[in-house]
Amino acid sequence: MTYAVRAGLQKFNIATDLEIASIYQYYARWIREGKLKVSSDWNKNLKIKFTAQDPCQIVRKSYGDAVADDLRFIVKSVVGEENFVDMYPNKSNNYCCGGGGGFLQSGYNEERRAYGRLKLDQILATGADYCIAACHNCHAQIHDLAEHFEAPYHTTHLWTLICLSMGILGENERAYLGPELAEVGL
Amino acid sequence: MGEAAIQIGPEWPSAFMDRVKEMLPEGGHLDLCLTCGACASGCPATGLNGMDPRKFLRMAALGLDEELTTTPWVWMCSMCQRCIYVCPMQIDIPALVYQARAAWPREERPKGILGSCDMALRNESCSAMGASPEDFQFVVEDVLEEVRESQPGFEDLQAPIDKPGAHFFLNQNSREPVTEPEEMVPLWKILHHAGVDWTYGSKGWGGENYCMFLADDDNWKRTVATSLGHAHELGCKVYLNTE
Repeated sequence: MTYAVRAGLQKFNIATDLEIASIYQYYARWIREGKLKVSSDWNKNLKIKFTAQDPCQIVRKSYGDAVADDLRFIVKSVVGEENFVDMYPNKSNNYCCGGGGGFLQSGYNEERRAYGRLKLDQILATGADYCIAACHNCHAQIHDLAEHFEAPYHTTHLWTLICLSMGILGENERAYLGPELAEVGL
Repeated sequence: MGEAAIQIGPEWPSAFMDRVKEMLPEGGHLDLCLTCGACASGCPATGLNGMDPRKFLRMAALGLDEELTTTPWVWMCSMCQRCIYVCPMQIDIPALVYQARAAWPREERPKGILGSCDMALRNESCSAMGASPEDFQFVVEDVLEEVRESQPGFEDLQAPIDKPGAHFFLNQNSREPVTEPEEMVPLWKILHHAGVDWTYGSKGWGGENYCMFLADDDNWKRTVATSLGHAHELGCKVYLNTE
């Protein structure tokens, strides 16, 4: 994970010539360079609304608002600018979902969900049909919050939406999409 | 009547905070607290187990080391660093939490986090689910073959492991190969369409790091060094984190 590597290099004085990057930075670059031909046309009439979680490890703890802007650029490019609803607060000032830091594996599930209420309320306030969670801890926690508190949103990975917008998302790659997107672009 | 006030003299011991200060650049600013409470009011963990970040820091300043290094709250703070972000003095409270986690005897730390770190130490995958390099290779090749055969346009899809000289070294959260392998496919397709020269590594492909969450420095270092070392051996230029 991005932060474990970046902070680990610094903390343990490990020297490397490697560039340590987040794939969000490259997704955004490949879209800008025209290598990834994404389109939001599929959502022009559907008007399905999306919000996105800012993973702490990548945004606040690693690359700051610049990578949060990359994330928004990607999401808007694939779902349509008018169909993206930001949560508040956001970017470096966003709240942790409560899945991070090992919380998901800590055994303190009641406390983890109490922590997550803030995230749940933020997502619900956007009215979005989907929350994009491009980090596994966030994905697992936000998905669990929806199930536990019976919230109506779906939780999905970013790569799912990128492929959907390019018309290359296979039938078996839609586990986190709702019925309204089950056949889009097939 | 409430509890008697804690009396603090010049010799009051605050060994824990002093020790953490020595480990941090500029002492983590741990002495600079204005007690404003911005950290606590913006923290989702405030109130859990009767604790909040401001209280935690004040207790450290008072030298309540026993309470700090035994409260389970350190496992309910996700070390998200929002408290640093909102703090006018940029105080590194999460580093204090990290060191309080590290003060727990290793075997008494939460079983789930401990188990996930230990799994990552079982082999060179550094996977919190313990999947071996061979298991990973089998799943990747199996899924790849199926996509090539069943999805038109992806007959040439690639998912290389240990490809020397690839530009990007990718890691992958273990959840995909172990529990939902079909979720790797969209990522591969994106890389394919972008014309990217990439590879996974047989060593250090696991994208997650529970040894860091466990506050186990030696094994955090070991897993990061294994993964980066392998990327370096392969001659990659960019270590690309998928999360």
